[in-house]
Amino acid sequence: MNATPAFDPVTLWAVIVGMAVGSFALRFLFIGLVGSRAMPEWVLRHLRYTAVAMLPALVAPLVAWPAATGGQPDMPRMSAAAVTFVVGYLTKNVIAAILSGAVTLYALLYLLGV
Amino acid sequence: MTRTTANSYFWLGCRNSAPFIFVAAPFGLLFGVLAAEAGLNLVEIMTFTVTVFAGAAQFTALQLMQEEAPTLIVLASALAVNLRVAMYSASLTPFLGAAPLWQRALAAYFTVDQSYSLSIIRFELEPGMTVPQRMAYFFGTNSLIAPVWYTATLVGAVMGARIPESWALDFALPIAFLAMIGPMLRTHAHMLAALVSILVSILAVGVPYNLGLLIAGCAGMVTGAYAELVMTRRGTWA
Repeated sequence: MNATPAFDPVTLWAVIVGMAVGSFALRFLFIGLVGSRAMPEWVLRHLRYTAVAMLPALVAPLVAWPAATGGQPDMPRMSAAAVTFVVGYLTKNVIAAILSGAVTLYALLYLLGV
Repeated sequence: MTRTTANSYFWLGCRNSAPFIFVAAPFGLLFGVLAAEAGLNLVEIMTFTVTVFAGAAQFTALQLMQEEAPTLIVLASALAVNLRVAMYSASLTPFLGAAPLWQRALAAYFTVDQSYSLSIIRFELEPGMTVPQRMAYFFGTNSLIAPVWYTATLVGAVMGARIPESWALDFALPIAFLAMIGPMLRTHAHMLAALVSILVSILAVGVPYNLGLLIAGCAGMVTGAYAELVMTRRGTWA
């Protein structure tokens, strides 16, 4: 089962503990430490655009250069991404968007015989 | 139907989160499988997934460890991918900041893409919600997703075997995130923010250690905030 050798345990546990502490600290930073103190309007104005800025930035390279095809642009994945986005935008329905995207991806992968 | 008790908000959050089972389950399964294939044992995989509880960051760390990146680079990159949750935390603070500290600490742990996006939409939709009702809703959105995520990771880790590539699970993350973006584009400022973030993320793809994501995210945020300011001054802000 272990075709690849396991990581050096010290390194692995350093990563796990570091990420556990770091991830919690990032999440606790504002909600825990700032609490109910009012935040300045310019901070809030930027924060309104957090999700709409971070999620596309995370997704765009994964769509343009999918890991599964070794980074080669891939028609079924690009099409599935486009369908998912358009359905989500038009219907405002996340699950409808996911299902449309998944159906598109599987249909095209099947039709293209990949 | 009136929802007056915190209890009913918990169940509302639970119901609203149900579709995300189809995101969390394949995603958790995939992490379990990939981690097992990378040589992590069951205890390591489950400690990782339960203590960190951040899919995209976990995948990033795993990938970089396999590329034998230095530990500090692995941590910095994976946490950079996860920096958006700090911004989610800040974004939730005006709504949840008045809750007791232990609840806020628990909420911090459970701040993920799904719980954040569902909650922020609900809180903006119903400005009259009390803090306990908001907390109940927030924890409701995690009541299914978190157990599904842990269980799916466990199943993936135990299976260990290869999931057929024909399942194309690699694309579960992009599809899930894309589906969330569409409904967020409520104003021209939001659209501009998303557009700039996409362009910059494509241009910055060569920037090392995943820093391109941070640069693109910041560019998008500044764009959105600035567009809102300009439109407000012109009197064209809805």
